[in-house]
Amino acid sequence: MSKPHVIVIGAGFTGVATAHDLALRGCDVTVVERGDLCNGTSGRTHGLLHSGGRYAVKDKESAVECIDENMILRKIVPQVIEPNGGLFVALDESDLAYAEQFIESCQECHIPIEELKPEQALKLEPNINPKVLIAFLIPDGTFDPLRLALAFAGSAKHNGATFRTFTEVEGLLTDGAGNVTGIKVLNRASGKSEEMRADVVVNATGAWAGHITAMAGLDAPVKPTPGIMVAYNQRFVQRAINRLNAPGDGDIVLPQRRMVVVGTTSYDAEDVDYIPVTDDQIQLMLERGTELIPRISAAKPRGIFMAARPLVGGGSGRSIARTFKCYDHKETHNVDGFVTITGGKATTLRAMAEKTADVVCAKLNITTPCLTKERPLLSYRQYYTNPN
Amino acid sequence: MAENWKITLRVFRQKENQASRFDDFQMEVNPDEYVLDAVERAWAFHDRTICFRHACHHSTCGACGMRVNGVEKLSCITPIRDVTHNGAILKVEPLRNFPVVSDLAVDMGSFYRKMETVTARAVLPITEAEIENPPSKWEADDSQYIRLSDCIECGLCISACPIVATTPEYLGPAPLAAAQDQRLRRKPELLSIVDCEDGVWRCHSAFECTAVCPSFVDPGRRIMNLRTQVVDMRLRKLFGKA
Repeated sequence: MSKPHVIVIGAGFTGVATAHDLALRGCDVTVVERGDLCNGTSGRTHGLLHSGGRYAVKDKESAVECIDENMILRKIVPQVIEPNGGLFVALDESDLAYAEQFIESCQECHIPIEELKPEQALKLEPNINPKVLIAFLIPDGTFDPLRLALAFAGSAKHNGATFRTFTEVEGLLTDGAGNVTGIKVLNRASGKSEEMRADVVVNATGAWAGHITAMAGLDAPVKPTPGIMVAYNQRFVQRAINRLNAPGDGDIVLPQRRMVVVGTTSYDAEDVDYIPVTDDQIQLMLERGTELIPRISAAKPRGIFMAARPLVGGGSGRSIARTFKCYDHKETHNVDGFVTITGGKATTLRAMAEKTADVVCAKLNITTPCLTKERPLLSYRQYYTNPN
Repeated sequence: MAENWKITLRVFRQKENQASRFDDFQMEVNPDEYVLDAVERAWAFHDRTICFRHACHHSTCGACGMRVNGVEKLSCITPIRDVTHNGAILKVEPLRNFPVVSDLAVDMGSFYRKMETVTARAVLPITEAEIENPPSKWEADDSQYIRLSDCIECGLCISACPIVATTPEYLGPAPLAAAQDQRLRRKPELLSIVDCEDGVWRCHSAFECTAVCPSFVDPGRRIMNLRTQVVDMRLRKLFGKA
């Protein structure tokens, strides 16, 4: 019997992780991506392997997802992770006032934290602001965005998945009743269009999910929410440095190779194919970054970029939950053969994939359980070295 | 704020089985923007068929290498101001010595295979990958830290190397640098991979690799050092110590 064919649209974090999960469960998977891997939001992520601390107070669901997935990724893909931990630092009275609910919330979300006195924090990270009043050590980490995706994609390829990059979806194929039966794509490398049939089409296009659902005449409740990141040319810290307060602009500084990256901002946008960088946001990152790490004021920017989070649910900007949603459009709109996954964070890519694969497998009557929690990923280079 | 420039972005174009050409895009840019920003805007607003690779936009992934006005650059960290001037041309071409997939996008397969052959490491203890200008008051036990190594596998050194151009079998600068970094005494199994015709002895010391490396790897110096490591291993063998 031939394997069921699943097309995954989008080779960002969600798409590659979903391909990996479905390939392990015995599906014949084709991933189509209009650019190369991770050319959208995923490539431009800050690179923070969240412990969940950032969301513990206001968004416990996301916080628990983060700490659970953080621990899993450390096991299955250590090849791309700097597991150095993170600090939440208090610099003023308002930060101090936040500490109590932070401790309580982290405990509720089973996020291990350790309180540090100023001198202990400064011993660990000599470049943080010497005015530090109190700090918490927390199991944050950092990762290389592209290589995280490559590791999932390479493992998926090893298990038979096919990746069609520079392949843009132009439309959905439907049967007479409006159910989705495949996609029509333009191969940007050859200039040729073609049709591809599938048992299920998964829309894993993140901030662009609404573009694909619109092709089926459906709305998607995704809100593209861009933010800026500025990389500076010296590695001042070895850990993720977070401001101990409610999430705000420019309150995370991460080490990345020989740099630190300061982020970010949060505002609503409609079209996120190109997001202009503005001088006032660059200035804000410099000011806020310098509060956490004074030496940033004398560093040189090395890269400045914007990325659009795909947030789901109501509200606006920072108030929207960071969790994810998977929609079987048979249930939402009586359109069969079509599943949309969006929302979430880089840290939760594997969980998003598990949930999506569960939905897809239920539709295809596949009972194989998810295997991705325990299975170490292959070398990220396998994506390039394995033929399609 | 800097005054905007008017430039001509000249993009190398090549589609499957077709002759190559250059397409010009007249653009207004802030000279402090990066070359990749101009290419991305050309795609977003002028021509959706342009193919190029990019991901992190801050020199950690190595996807966006291209030749910019003839020189290998990581386009995401190359300010337009550094490579052209107001009213002039900004020419972008794919890396050399790689098969072109389409336009500016190249196939990294054979290069990544060579990186895998020499077991190049992506993450390292910081004690083995020291950073320049360490914190002034560094007191912590730094052996606990892990960091992503400097080589971002962007392929700029492969494109710039005059020897790779003549001998595709040559391991090339980044893989040899990765072998050097692991030390042959600690990794003796790498000796036969680098001590051969297409290994460390093929290099002609042009140092083009070091000139274009965007990421502090200095492959030229590492290749020279790898030669001394090879000689050291041979001598140890000769005297029965290996």
